[in-house]
Amino acid sequence: MSEPLLQAVNLECERDERTLFRNLSFSILPGTVTRVEGPNGSGKTTLLRILAGLNDAWTGELLWCGEPRHLRRESFLRNMLYLGHRPGIKPLLTPLENLRALTAGRYPMDDEVLIRALSGTGLEGFEHVPSRNLSAGQQRRVALARLLIADEPLWLLDEVFTAIDAQGVEAIEALLQQRADEGGAVVVTTHHDLDLPAMQRITLGEGDWDDS
Amino acid sequence: MTAKAPDIRPVTASVGVGQAMKSVFLRDVRVAFRQRQDLLNPLLFFVMVVTLFPLGVSPEVSFLREAGAGILWVAALLSVLLSLDHLFRHDFDDGTLEQLVLQPQPLFLLVLAKTVAHWILTGLPLVVLTPVLGVMVQLPGNSIAVLCLTLLIGTPVLSLIGSIGAALTLGLRSAGVLLSLLIIPLYIPVLIFGTGTVAAASEGAPVGAYLALMGAFLVLAVTLAPFASAAALKISLSNS
Repeated sequence: MSEPLLQAVNLECERDERTLFRNLSFSILPGTVTRVEGPNGSGKTTLLRILAGLNDAWTGELLWCGEPRHLRRESFLRNMLYLGHRPGIKPLLTPLENLRALTAGRYPMDDEVLIRALSGTGLEGFEHVPSRNLSAGQQRRVALARLLIADEPLWLLDEVFTAIDAQGVEAIEALLQQRADEGGAVVVTTHHDLDLPAMQRITLGEGDWDDS
Repeated sequence: MTAKAPDIRPVTASVGVGQAMKSVFLRDVRVAFRQRQDLLNPLLFFVMVVTLFPLGVSPEVSFLREAGAGILWVAALLSVLLSLDHLFRHDFDDGTLEQLVLQPQPLFLLVLAKTVAHWILTGLPLVVLTPVLGVMVQLPGNSIAVLCLTLLIGTPVLSLIGSIGAALTLGLRSAGVLLSLLIIPLYIPVLIFGTGTVAAASEGAPVGAYLALMGAFLVLAVTLAPFASAAALKISLSNS
């Protein structure tokens, strides 16, 4: 088996004096899709933010390619794509400008590539419309266009199916599977009934932690 | 959906930090110009305070000459303070701040780019308006020139120090009051030296030493404030 991209050892997180999880250990291997499950408030988003490095209120160990993550911050950030609850889309900018700003610090792309990515998510013809005129689902699609041009091997996606129609959901599922097949790794939290072959599950909000 | 076949192995190369800073800067400027009333607010405030002072206190030339530089400095300081809450707030709300923090770049330099954009959009217009308002409060030409110079050096310091407070109070719902309480004490030295320089100039004393001190403030703020803001941003995001 190849080396895990990301490895969590004995993660523990408390929030508002409530323990969300304790002794949580798992490995994110290349070529896998991992689904974080659990009822509302069980800490799915918190776990994902911890993995992304946005939340510091945890103890335990996180290893990126076998080394402590904080020692390799830049390498980790360069190879990790995080999409949160809030899509990171500026309402005053057009989808094209938004996408350009989101990718500029990582891998600047020609507008042509960005426009192709936007039309790949069904936003053809909306490239130059202010994003505030778009629907919630369309705004999320602007953020999701990043998945079409991303070269990061590790994706951390929080509630990625929110406000997306059935066709879009299917397309995203295919993308996740494709990324895993290409040797990347995906971690998703979702209430949507996602069932891909060989999917790893991390279940929160129960007595024991499933790490199959 | 068709994807470009990406290279999936972890890559080490990333974009130069200069390019990333330029992108952050341009985005902020673009957003600001699409929301012009936010740009005008601090300017209008500045003009109104300076206009109301002679009406409210005294239109006497002797009084205005004496107090004019102080009035302009205080008004500029308060209007910068007024605009600070916007520095990170919108980015925080729409999630672009998370993406900024996750860029594989030194965060303090990206924060510096944002602060420079903030200064160009709020501080610099105040400096440009100052000669007009200086004439209005009857300042002599020499004093106006020195006043402009002190504001040119001083307003970036205000933006830089303010960015620390704006970042620290980001997660709070009633950030305004706390922001003022945190930041005003740090603004006082800049204010004292700013107005002191103009006072010295109006008495015909050399102002080189004053200006050098203000320059030292600026250097100190440029080198230290972005680190503090970046650290504060991480804390605010971690608690959200």
